[in-house]
Amino acid sequence: MKLSRGDRVFMAFNYAFLILVLLIVAYPLIYILSSSFSSPRAVVAGRVWLWPVEFSLRGYEAVFKNAQVGTGYWNSIIYTVVGTAINVVMTILAAWPLSRKDLYGRNWLMGFFTFTMLFSGGLIATYLVVQGLGMVDKRAAMVIPNALSIWNMIVCRTYFQTTIPDELVEAAELDGCSDIRTIWHVVLPLSTPIIAVISLFYAVGHWNSYFQALIYLTSADLYPLQIVLRNILVLHQFDATMIMDVEEIMMREGMKDLLQYSLIVVASAPVLALYPFAQKYFVRGIMIGSLKG
Amino acid sequence: MAVASSRTTQVRASHRTHHREAWRRIRRHWQLYLVLLLPLIYLAIFRYWPMYGVQIAFRDFTPVEGITGSPWIGLVHFERFFNSYQFWDLLRNTLGISVYSLLAGFPIPIILAIAINEARRYYFKKAVQMVTYAPHFISTVVMVGIILQFLDPRIGLINKAIAELGGAPANFIARPDLFQSIYVWSGVWQGMGYASIIYIAALSSIDPQLEEAAIIDGASRLQKILYIDLPGIMPTAIILLILNVGQIMNVGFEKIYLMQNPLNLTTSEVISTYVYKVGLLRAQYSFAAAVGLFNSVIDLVLLVTVNQIARKIGDTSLW
Repeated sequence: MKLSRGDRVFMAFNYAFLILVLLIVAYPLIYILSSSFSSPRAVVAGRVWLWPVEFSLRGYEAVFKNAQVGTGYWNSIIYTVVGTAINVVMTILAAWPLSRKDLYGRNWLMGFFTFTMLFSGGLIATYLVVQGLGMVDKRAAMVIPNALSIWNMIVCRTYFQTTIPDELVEAAELDGCSDIRTIWHVVLPLSTPIIAVISLFYAVGHWNSYFQALIYLTSADLYPLQIVLRNILVLHQFDATMIMDVEEIMMREGMKDLLQYSLIVVASAPVLALYPFAQKYFVRGIMIGSLKG
Repeated sequence: MAVASSRTTQVRASHRTHHREAWRRIRRHWQLYLVLLLPLIYLAIFRYWPMYGVQIAFRDFTPVEGITGSPWIGLVHFERFFNSYQFWDLLRNTLGISVYSLLAGFPIPIILAIAINEARRYYFKKAVQMVTYAPHFISTVVMVGIILQFLDPRIGLINKAIAELGGAPANFIARPDLFQSIYVWSGVWQGMGYASIIYIAALSSIDPQLEEAAIIDGASRLQKILYIDLPGIMPTAIILLILNVGQIMNVGFEKIYLMQNPLNLTTSEVISTYVYKVGLLRAQYSFAAAVGLFNSVIDLVLLVTVNQIARKIGDTSLW
């Protein structure tokens, strides 16, 4: 198809715009990656622009030796795995019955769930409830108060309604399958894609959040990675248990600065490494969600 | 008389069959209700119980006396909030940041989606999408860490570039006048790729015959975009706009709190951070609950209002 001159000009601008966007997004990420692999001296002197200068793994060494980071990582893994498991179970338990058209009172029940998206008791009231349940400063506070996301539940329900054929469910019922057994034998095997999608949404949510930990946790050994990151990257507090002279050496060599870059990479690496593979699930999840919303 | 009573009997009879039908359906699917029980309990405890507890906004709440034991004082907390010296700052900052975010952040994903849609080379399109989605997955803490690193007066990238060009480095993060811009534009950087996904999906669902017809009729690419693509994604855009405007009093706590420092508080303190500091850190539960309730109610009113307006104007709305 022959393009007119006006169209060719437009396409040129379009590509130029997209390349510009690509650079604006990619450059900071490359800069961080390069800085993290550079030597402390180079970072402090500001010699890093695009590629690592004086390639060194000292930054990563410091990160992996840091005890706080280790505890934080471990805690985050626990919260993410346990939390996501609870989330998926809760979501399916809510989404399946609500997807059944012959569930009596379905509209009322659905309203009961969606009203919570419009109005809530607020931070203070929720905190008092969690406190009253004795969950403050316990691991439970990281996985139970946020056990269900109504948004994800709606995505799941939409999937059930559009993908699991009513005929199949009816056939199972005719064969004498009870509702609960239907879930186990019919729904779950057919739900692998949606379970993958909502697991990803929930897991990323758990891994990246710090608010829950900020308000409910006070013991340092329970802190997830994001709180540790906050202490180091934002509050610039370093591990008090580090030996004093090591601190001095670090400061003299600008290790603190380098540490920040390496820490950023280490903290984001799991999510960013998995994300290209999981990307199509995210896109699918958003599209399913947007069909309903 | 006979007719009237047979009418009422008919009505009563149909109610009875209706009830019987309802009970039959309930008994038939009793297991589904059992399955729903756990999520319902969760909702009751963690969503609806706090709604009951929000009444401490109208009481002089002390943990010792409990909710019902604390004396009722009506609107005292609200008056205190509205009359406090911080009220107008908080309102201005919250609304200012929200509106700024909306104005900057709403059009850009649309523009990006259209641009990606217009590109012809498959691998280039995929590359742009992959790269622009990536920042979304960076956690808030890491994102603020990146911002602080880049704006660092000593070794930050921005100041290095300024120095190279002959200018004087500055401590950007300490300046209240720049806070909102840094917050908003870093948010655009992080979120524009991910936000464009919905629009790309909407664009791909536009009937290709419409597009071909336009091109055959001699429309330039630009015209095609204006007259076919934009109207095609308008319903999606409106719904997202409604959702965003409904959230205008809800500046997210996490990123703001991390970016605050004593020097920029005049423009960085918003309602959500204020509630956290006053309520949880200073344990003024009732007062903070009142501020939070004020916020929630405005949210609800806004959402309903904007939805009504959208329904009047076009035929897309949330409900």
